[in-house]
Amino acid sequence: MYSPHLKPKVRGHMPVMLPMRLRADGLPLADRLFNLWTLTALVLALAAVLIGPAFAQLATPDERTILTILLEWTPTLAKGFGFNVLISVLSMLIGTVMGVFLGVLQVSQIRLIRQSAWLVTQFFRNSPWLVLLFYCILLIPFQFEIFGVKIPFPGWIKAVIGLSLPVMAYTSEFMRGAILSIPTGQWESAESLGFSRRMTLTNIILPQTVKRVLPSWMNLYAVLTMATPLVSIIGVDDVMALTRAALSAEGRADLLIPMYLYILSWFFLYCYPISSLTRVLERKYSVKL
Amino acid sequence: MTWTPQQPIVSLKDVHKSFGAVEVLRGISLDVMKGEVVCIIGPSGSGKSTLIRCINALNDIQSGSITVEGLEVNDPKLDKLALRKKVGMVFQQYNLFPHKTALQNVMMAPLKVLNQGRAEVEKRARALIAKVRLNGKEDAYPGELSGGQQQRVAIARSLAMNPDVMLFDEVTAALDPETVKEVLTTIKDLAADGMTCILVTHEMGFAREIADCIYFTDRGVIVESGPPATFFDNAQDPRTQQFLAQIL
Repeated sequence: MYSPHLKPKVRGHMPVMLPMRLRADGLPLADRLFNLWTLTALVLALAAVLIGPAFAQLATPDERTILTILLEWTPTLAKGFGFNVLISVLSMLIGTVMGVFLGVLQVSQIRLIRQSAWLVTQFFRNSPWLVLLFYCILLIPFQFEIFGVKIPFPGWIKAVIGLSLPVMAYTSEFMRGAILSIPTGQWESAESLGFSRRMTLTNIILPQTVKRVLPSWMNLYAVLTMATPLVSIIGVDDVMALTRAALSAEGRADLLIPMYLYILSWFFLYCYPISSLTRVLERKYSVKL
Repeated sequence: MTWTPQQPIVSLKDVHKSFGAVEVLRGISLDVMKGEVVCIIGPSGSGKSTLIRCINALNDIQSGSITVEGLEVNDPKLDKLALRKKVGMVFQQYNLFPHKTALQNVMMAPLKVLNQGRAEVEKRARALIAKVRLNGKEDAYPGELSGGQQQRVAIARSLAMNPDVMLFDEVTAALDPETVKEVLTTIKDLAADGMTCILVTHEMGFAREIADCIYFTDRGVIVESGPPATFFDNAQDPRTQQFLAQIL
């Protein structure tokens, strides 16, 4: 958008030559108000309104304040949250490795492989995550027996597998798009230098996809982390399950909203920097590849 | 068939190539001897680029035969690597690997494809970069180089494979007028060293100066060919005359 206050620095300067840039001060008032900082302020204000009355009550003197209770439960809840983080990291890792592989198969020259990979990708990309989790819990046995050694397979590992499936499918799509977005000239020059298709892929094409995939991939991680409380439904002791346990142990109705808000803020603090960084990277990489 | 230097190093016989229903090459025959510099000129869409890409097996052909040092390019059992070691190619859009520095771009194929030793490859790569007059730009990424510099890195990258024939596909068409000269100088140096070069070009002055033989193609056939002096000053075919009148 043309900004009139920008003085021409070069002779022959014309507004049309300026890079396209959306500037907040060029937008209508309503759009200017709707930005990240005002939103954050709004959320915090809402939180204050919700928590405020709870603090104001402070009930009878022998009852502990809500703040005390939250602090008392913090170590336990933190352990649960650590579990969420662990599950998200592991699912992301496994899902990404499988997804990159599947994405490469999606651009295979062999039609059958290409189409099968496409089918798998589409299937898992369009399945509800919770249903996939249930499937993993039901289909995977609770322990494996290999050469007489019993290897237990606890629920949280099944949850990791369940969540890695959609990650795989999304990564696969990201990879397919990124690979196809690399100019064909790269393939041709590699071919004329004697690279085989596989070598071209690993040495030339895949390294170039990293920049293209990274922003969406990080975004996916943030989404995945926010979806990890789903595992509480299938009986994994994550932060959500522990919060519920804490609430029933305390048995105080006025604790409900503050405690969930407390957990919500943890997720916010963990995921917000990731999505901010994603935006930074998006801006950085979108200029020139 | 074993190849001897007395035979053409590149030989095309009645080559036909179609993209779907469109016949792009309609019976092309030409011979290039070792050390010769051949320029292919002609209006756009006349099949020049396709012709040169077929020599490198980037496009397959429907009928006819292409041999490079006796290797039958169109043979389905062809060892592509053997062909690519003999033939280097430079493209209009440079096609450097953007995630690698100039030096790494030059070193990559000998290291990964030929599995040669790093120290020796690096020495040769530095020498090649000096040869294309880019000393000091070894660690620059393609994005930091001008078009002409990128194109010269691309030439060095092709030379790193020690080819016997170099193909240039309109290598100056995407360049600024000032940088065209530096790339042409590089090609001239190469030709002076005795490299066999096949160029598709729109630089008529350059073609006249450097070529041993000029081929004029139009609508998939070679209309006229000959040494530059005869070709430019004494063209016989009316189509050639018309083309030359338009561009000269």
